[in-house]
Amino acid sequence: MNIGRQLKEGLITQNPVLVQMLGLCSTMAITTSIMNGLGMGVSVLIILTASNVVISAIRKIVPDKIRIAMFIVVIAGFVTCVDLLLQAFVPAIAESLGVFIPLIVVNCIILGRAESFSYKNGVAGSFFDGIFQGLGYTAVLLAMCFIRELLGAGTLAGVRIIPEQFPVGVLTLPVGGFLVLGFLIAAMQWALSKSKEGK
Amino acid sequence: MTDYKNLKLIATSSPHIRGSERTQTIMLDVIIAMLPALIFACFNFGLRALCLTAVSVAGCMFFEWLYQKVMKKPSSVMDLSSVVTGMLLSFVCPVQMPYWMILIGDAFAIIIVKQLFGGIGKNFVNPALAGRAVLLASYAGTMTSWVDPAVNKAAAFGSNVDIVTAATPLAYMKGPDAAAIAASFDQLKSTYSVSNMFLGQIGGSMGEVSALLLIVGGVYLIWRKVINWQTPVAYIGTVAVLTFLFPRAGTGVEWMLYSLFGGGLMLGAFFMATDYATSPVTKKGQLIFGVGCGVFTVLIRYFGSYNEGVCYSIMVMNLFVALIDKYTKPVRFGTVKSDKKEASGK
Repeated sequence: MNIGRQLKEGLITQNPVLVQMLGLCSTMAITTSIMNGLGMGVSVLIILTASNVVISAIRKIVPDKIRIAMFIVVIAGFVTCVDLLLQAFVPAIAESLGVFIPLIVVNCIILGRAESFSYKNGVAGSFFDGIFQGLGYTAVLLAMCFIRELLGAGTLAGVRIIPEQFPVGVLTLPVGGFLVLGFLIAAMQWALSKSKEGK
Repeated sequence: MTDYKNLKLIATSSPHIRGSERTQTIMLDVIIAMLPALIFACFNFGLRALCLTAVSVAGCMFFEWLYQKVMKKPSSVMDLSSVVTGMLLSFVCPVQMPYWMILIGDAFAIIIVKQLFGGIGKNFVNPALAGRAVLLASYAGTMTSWVDPAVNKAAAFGSNVDIVTAATPLAYMKGPDAAAIAASFDQLKSTYSVSNMFLGQIGGSMGEVSALLLIVGGVYLIWRKVINWQTPVAYIGTVAVLTFLFPRAGTGVEWMLYSLFGGGLMLGAFFMATDYATSPVTKKGQLIFGVGCGVFTVLIRYFGSYNEGVCYSIMVMNLFVALIDKYTKPVRFGTVKSDKKEASGK
């Protein structure tokens, strides 16, 4: 497997959120502050990498017909680990992410990568795929958090940047999540079509 | 005698006859139609109304120019559509709001709602209303504190310190239960008479208060054939019928009159719901559009958490325009219904 190409796919050309449109629910729900985004992004990255490796390792002994159920069991196991770890070591983040950590079980990025990549590829390739796709997800989360927290709440990671009366509060509401995500997707498509034209 | 020697044969494709109407002339008509309400706003709320409008217009023109400069697109600042957006946005804001706040609304209306979706004629909701919705969601406190015109006719200029705020008529017409609404409606009737309401000597957004002058402006637009009567008449008519049939306090007629003249109904019906890009093309469609706006307005006023429903009702109906246009498409001359079905089935 070509690691460089996988990196480029994960971050840009096959970005899980902006191009594959996976995991949009959590992307819009939790991107109201940088710390939330970082916590969620890293959690998904760890779970995605671990479940990719395990699914790739057991792919030869899993019967085709029950593979989705097996994927879910593996993913749910890792999600529980991460959930408990977060609650033990960073309770503040666990609190603010709330139900969205357990919901990673049904996050389509992880199931999607299991089905489309690690079930068909070797352990090493799946490991890097998990890391790069996780990085792509985290990067989008951080970009959205940056825009929404800075312009919507006037803070960055809790530090006040813009005085309290100015920020455009609508960006921290759900409608702001839809708006920012929509424009990020549009910008990504625009950039991709530009680079295709250039070739 | 025709001078055949010098007669030039110019061969062009149709159209051969052109009207003198341009986007610019239409927008100019809309601006003229809004002027009476603007002058009244200055008279009612003081000169700050004029300043706020000027800032808003300048902001809209600047953002339009800026976006087109940055994106290297031909400039459309001179078609005056951004001036109309700026005026409308300032009309639906309280007069004492800070200048930077309306500039944020301008930026959202022009750059995000209008230009990013392709510029004039391609926006999917009314830019001014979207700007107001964003401001309302972001700065609810400022956007819902209204100046009482009776107290500070002159004082509102420049300063926003010693301002007495007043509830708008619509706030009186809302309450937790029937008894509370009846009590506050009585209070409203003793505060403002129907003629107060009609002339606009009430609290509210800057340009929405005078029903009389907005109707004058609207009639001017209909007379100039800039807008059709279908949308505003269907809109106002629906609200009138619904409020007359289901008054929440007082008699049907009283409740209906206060509902019609309070809030932004006239401004919305004549100037916002008739925006070309965001209203149906056919007259039948415009009737449906107006009725839909009226129903949503009354529903939001009666059951929603906001006092006023004009802004959101028009935005909701804006989203239905494509659907309305699809189902009110006229049959082509010479074809029959079954042909149409066949054609649409393909």
